[in-house]
Amino acid sequence: MIPELGNFSLILAFCLASLLVIIPMAGAITNNQLWMSLSRPLSTGIWVFMALSFACLAYAFLNDDFSVNYVARNSNSLLPDRYKFAAVWGGHEGSLLLWVLILACWSYAVSLFSKNLPMDILARVLSVMGIIIVAFLLFMLLTSNPFERTLLNTPLDGGDLNPLLQDFGLIVHPPFLYMGYVGFSVAFAFAIAALLSGRLDAAWARWTRPWTNAAWAFLSIGIALGSWWAYYELGWGGWWFWDPVENVSFMPWLVGTALIHSLAVTEKRGVFKSWTVLLAIAAFSLSLLGAFIVRSGVLTSVHAFAVDPERGMVLLTIMLIVIGSSLLLYAIRAPVVKGSASYTLTSREVFLLINNIILVVATAAVLLGTLYPLIHEAIYGEANRVSIGPPYFNTVFVPLMGLLAFVLGIGTFSRWKRTSVAYLKQQLSKILIASLAFGIIIPVIVTSEFNISAIVAVVLALWIVFSIAKDIFDKTSNKETFIKGLKALSLSYLGMQFAHFGMAVTILGVCLTSHYSVERDVRLAPGESEIIGSYEFVFEGATLQQGPNYQADRAVIQVLRNGEDYITLEPEKRLYFATGAVQTEAGIDVGLFRDLFTALGDERGDGSWVVRIHYKPFVLWIWLGALFMAFGGVLAITDKRYRSKKIISDSKETTKVKANRSTKPELVAQS
Amino acid sequence: MTAPRKQRMAIVGFIVAGSAIAIGLVLFALNEGINVFYTPTEVAQGVVPTGQNFRIGGMVKTGSLKTGELEGTLVEFMATDCAEDIPVTFTGVLPDLFREGQGVVADGFIDSNGIFQASQILAKHDENYMSAESVAAMEASGATCDP
Amino acid sequence: MNKRALLIIPGVFFMLMLGLLLFGLGRNPSMVPSALTNRPLPEFSLPSLNYGSIQDISQVSTEDLKGGISIINFWATWCPPCHIEHPYLVEISEREQELTFIGVNYKDDLDEARLFLEEKGSPFEKVIIDLNGRLGIDFGLAGAPETFIVDSAGIIRYRHVGVINHQIWEETFEPVISRIN
Repeated sequence: MIPELGNFSLILAFCLASLLVIIPMAGAITNNQLWMSLSRPLSTGIWVFMALSFACLAYAFLNDDFSVNYVARNSNSLLPDRYKFAAVWGGHEGSLLLWVLILACWSYAVSLFSKNLPMDILARVLSVMGIIIVAFLLFMLLTSNPFERTLLNTPLDGGDLNPLLQDFGLIVHPPFLYMGYVGFSVAFAFAIAALLSGRLDAAWARWTRPWTNAAWAFLSIGIALGSWWAYYELGWGGWWFWDPVENVSFMPWLVGTALIHSLAVTEKRGVFKSWTVLLAIAAFSLSLLGAFIVRSGVLTSVHAFAVDPERGMVLLTIMLIVIGSSLLLYAIRAPVVKGSASYTLTSREVFLLINNIILVVATAAVLLGTLYPLIHEAIYGEANRVSIGPPYFNTVFVPLMGLLAFVLGIGTFSRWKRTSVAYLKQQLSKILIASLAFGIIIPVIVTSEFNISAIVAVVLALWIVFSIAKDIFDKTSNKETFIKGLKALSLSYLGMQFAHFGMAVTILGVCLTSHYSVERDVRLAPGESEIIGSYEFVFEGATLQQGPNYQADRAVIQVLRNGEDYITLEPEKRLYFATGAVQTEAGIDVGLFRDLFTALGDERGDGSWVVRIHYKPFVLWIWLGALFMAFGGVLAITDKRYRSKKIISDSKETTKVKANRSTKPELVAQS
Repeated sequence: MTAPRKQRMAIVGFIVAGSAIAIGLVLFALNEGINVFYTPTEVAQGVVPTGQNFRIGGMVKTGSLKTGELEGTLVEFMATDCAEDIPVTFTGVLPDLFREGQGVVADGFIDSNGIFQASQILAKHDENYMSAESVAAMEASGATCDP
Repeated sequence: MNKRALLIIPGVFFMLMLGLLLFGLGRNPSMVPSALTNRPLPEFSLPSLNYGSIQDISQVSTEDLKGGISIINFWATWCPPCHIEHPYLVEISEREQELTFIGVNYKDDLDEARLFLEEKGSPFEKVIIDLNGRLGIDFGLAGAPETFIVDSAGIIRYRHVGVINHQIWEETFEPVISRIN
């Protein structure tokens, strides 16, 4: 009965969502307060039934109900409980359920934290989100119902979860990623609501900012988790493959980053309005494109679900309706009047515009590279198939990010409206000299070699870090102590600096790992060893081990540092019973400044194996930087500016805000 | 020119210059990063210049695989589409499902001795790193024989 | 230039991309023929399963399959669609007496497989045990169930992925079989 209950609540959620599309929107058009006010309870209802539905599917998984087709295909009685739970979103249907549940969560959050939003705006925003919920619930009920029963015979056991996904990484990666993807639907809904109501102003930008930051922070963590998961689970020692599915999660992030910066300009200066709205539409459109590419099988990749062109067709129709109509609305309603153009070429506005151009160009380049195999085939015919490898993406992407890092440093010191070139020179000359000097000297002294790419990376990272440090120092110098000065700074300013610092950390991690990693794929017989620097890796042979639902060749690799016992790594090669899939588990010693990475390759006779032994400096920094960025995003949301309709200009207002807060719930999402 | 007009021109200039650089980069990188598929027959006909990077798709010829008896992690085998055989050498870790008689896709180039020096090997059943493009190229090349 | 005209550009760009994706859907990369079609059976010699009244557990090899048209069906008790197609296979095998139905029990629990065949009847003349899935790899199996038509010379003539029912049998299997004959 539980799966039927789940199915029933899915249908109920669909009915409520249909009402949410119609009634509040009609209320906003006819100015009917009662109809508009229904948007809140309807959102709550949708959320309750989606959560119930999700709980029912989770129940079916945990109780091995193999009469449910989706459970039978994605679970197995031998699977440990935590993976049974994660298997809920291990396949197409369940992950779609999670997608819609998260969408319902976001719209519920909007209804909770937007009580000081004008009612007609709130009604429109929730209605637009209702449209997306309706579309995806319809898609799910018609083509991908996770609660479908196996009619004739119940299988004795399930087909098992894809072994790649039987890992802690899978438990946390998709929820974060979806929180990010789907979170951009809020910015999208605000943009559409603004276009519909014709009120595209600074207030609109201020309402949108915290939601965009929240979605962006989730997406940052989601992408970082995915990359980390690929690193230890795929056994290649790589952390980014420019795989189509990685790209489609990265593109909304790039556009989202542009949107965050562009929203700042629109809120503070009232310019770039049309551009900002377009970015808000684009960020969510790219999320939808991601859903399409992962689920339609148009491009194959490691993450792709079972290929089904029919599902692809439905998703394409959803995209056509949702994105097509919003771009049409955009073409009709977006303001073309130029905002009061009172800024000069070296103003903060222009630096943020450059940031936006770089990010959008980078997105376009990634999009082109991702879709190029299709374009090529469309032009030259099916016989001429090509694939686009990492060299393309690296050649385009790395210089653009270098440029972005450079502009970031200058932008930190720029002021709204106008910044004199002399002032910028005065602020930046010492930083430039210092970052050049340290950036060249440190890598050369530490590694005693001259690697130009690594030097450029270190220079750029220091350039960012020094300009952040100088700016914070300048801004706190008028207070007696540094701590007092720090407390006086706004949280959104600190959030910005945290995120920028994260970017510097990630740049360092990416570049230093790429240039200074030592990677050896060696054939080792038991007792033989391989030496990298001060580490000696002794291969002590591989033995057959039994796991709950797999058997594994597990190697024991004794690591010595300077001749002394340091750590034992145990990489595995697993054969999963139910699917027969082979899966590599790397043995990694994680460190802040370097990882020791080992993975088992193939057996080459006489007990000897090909073993991957990698020494990867600073690889942890890649993900550490992403954490900093996400933390910065969250910090900016907590800024008190977003908690009231009024812009706080002086400290006296703070008390008023506090009074406001006790009566009016907050606008911001709690992180 | 008035001040706002000058600004607008400068911004347009930014955008034009930016996109020009970007398009140049993209075109250059597309040249670098593109991998075209060839079959062993096409390679044997000399379609591909020596030293150029490409992807070869075929089957591992039965009885041609040498691993354990070679030094270190060296691997040698023949990639075949039944009409022609191309010798392939590779150093490193073989994919989990690499087997004789099975499909294989390799990235690399032809050296001056006519040997394909692979930098990466993908096995047919290794769905993880196998694109539909490579499967199709391979199927098209060697679907009608026993390698 | 009319500035509003510029605002159409994103929409145009989007429609172009949509067209491209539509093209991508149409080409459908999942329609990949088996590498084995029109090629001889892979060499194998594997034990057969004893169940019910059949107690013969001799090895089955490639040679045993030559001399008549055989239908090789990969199945397992853990595979839900296999349960769905099983009754159809039983009916078809009773009707098509001139064909040899061979089952390959794919990565399964043998006791459960025996129980399954004893309870629901067996369409198979012999059931080959492929415990570790090696035969499946040789056949280029993507999953279970999959069914292959092998002619009397031991050449694979057709590969079917997924469930078999009466309609699929009549529309795809019968034409291939009559062509071979």
